[in-house]
Amino acid sequence: MNREDARVSNPLVLNFRAFIGRAYPRVIGAHRELSWIFFNTLLPLLSVAAYVFVYAALGAPAAFAGFVILGGTMVAFWMNVLWSMAAQLYWEKEIGNLQLYMMAPMSRMALLGGMAVGGMVMTSTRAAATLILGVLIFQIVLVVVNPLLLAGIFLVTLVALYGMGMLFASVYLLYGREAWNISNLLQEPVFLGAGFYFPVQSFQRILGGPGRWIAIGVSLIPMTLGLDAMRQLLFPELLEWAFLPADIELYILIVLAVVFVFLARRALAYIERLAKQEGRLTQRHL
Amino acid sequence: MAGTLILVFIYYVAAAAGGAAPPEMLAYIFVGSAFYMFVFQAFFGMFEVIQGDREWFQTIRYIYISPISYYAYIIGRGFTQMVVAGIGVLVVLAIGRGLLGIPIGFNLALLPFFLAVLVLGLFITIAIGVAIGGITFLTARHGGGMSEGIAGVFYVFTGVIFPLSVLPVWGQVFGQWIPLTYWFEALRRVLLERSPPQADAFLMAIPESTLLLILALSLIVVSLLSLAVFRYVEHLARKKGKIDMTTAY
Repeated sequence: MNREDARVSNPLVLNFRAFIGRAYPRVIGAHRELSWIFFNTLLPLLSVAAYVFVYAALGAPAAFAGFVILGGTMVAFWMNVLWSMAAQLYWEKEIGNLQLYMMAPMSRMALLGGMAVGGMVMTSTRAAATLILGVLIFQIVLVVVNPLLLAGIFLVTLVALYGMGMLFASVYLLYGREAWNISNLLQEPVFLGAGFYFPVQSFQRILGGPGRWIAIGVSLIPMTLGLDAMRQLLFPELLEWAFLPADIELYILIVLAVVFVFLARRALAYIERLAKQEGRLTQRHL
Repeated sequence: MAGTLILVFIYYVAAAAGGAAPPEMLAYIFVGSAFYMFVFQAFFGMFEVIQGDREWFQTIRYIYISPISYYAYIIGRGFTQMVVAGIGVLVVLAIGRGLLGIPIGFNLALLPFFLAVLVLGLFITIAIGVAIGGITFLTARHGGGMSEGIAGVFYVFTGVIFPLSVLPVWGQVFGQWIPLTYWFEALRRVLLERSPPQADAFLMAIPESTLLLILALSLIVVSLLSLAVFRYVEHLARKKGKIDMTTAY
């Protein structure tokens, strides 16, 4: 066995390479498709701007514009989780790559992990552009109350969110004959439920008791609590619209992150077993 | 429906936060948002048609080489999208009126005007959607961002969910050059019981007959532009061998 073979036979090295290998095309691909920078950064900002103008037309306090910009920033990550994480394995199956992944002597978690990290990096461009341009154009005043907690909440939200995406990837593969439609279905309803453009606490204020249960239910989507916590730390003047204290939301997000990654691992093991037992996993539906 | 409900919540949040939010304003937002479903469906739907055939099902090469006009085929798919959107619009309006109690009405005296406006607007929307869909011939499978973004331009500058007067002056002028601005105004004439105090004075001053004329002339111009854009991007895609490309990353 030569030195290279010995290195590759080390599972840690092999899985790390698989991880990097899957993240690489996403990071590089984002730079090769220059049109993305325009279409995925500047143009989506317009939809976000519309909500800012609605608040303005209704005479709401200016800080709500900041709520919208932050929500619009995080939309990029949700879209990436839906279209490039959840739908990805199904997509790989349709174009014939899935059997190669299944045969390769790597952990499928390394593959999904690489996909997630590559997706986060790729999406950060759109997210950062939305945030920076939104803040500049609408003159949003951000008051960072606790930068460390803010960074922690942001990172844990992303881990939980992409953990959910990793879980969805297996679920879509098992049940999603039309992954496209499922992703469409999870787009706007989640914008509504997770409170991308308004505080999630308003469910309770407007709908009363049932609204509180709705807010608790949608808190299973990591974005809900992540957004609520980040808004508390960036717009303290609207603290009355907070759903739960930010530190409590951080603890819940940590639990969600662990649970989603664990479930993603279990779901992957399940589809691997099915692939071996039934041999139908890579069957395409045209 | 979810997109419209987001706006309903925004309305109530703004009202609770001490904003100026009369019920007519909720109806204004609601009607605009409901009919915007046609626009979004046409723009994003056309992208889905081309990308779905090209990347997902990989059947575009067979459709493309068949002895039909691909442009006519795309227009046909566009009408399907409009029917689907139409069902959504009816459901949203019914829920708004029936369940949420939003003051939406229908001025029967304006029925012929409404039908003419609806047809003209839908044709304009499809023509723009086909041009946008055509551009995705040249993009990777993630070109949905472009459809989403261009739909965003219309969302902001055509007074879909807020009066144009909220925009800066340059934005108002830009919006006045987009045909769909007049479409939304015409639809509101029929469906709103009362206009909110925030409604745009410039648009309210235009008589119905002029609105119809603007939409009819716009349809001619937009159709010609759509055909030209589609033919040009189709030519580029053929030249670069992109008609049936797949982008797996």
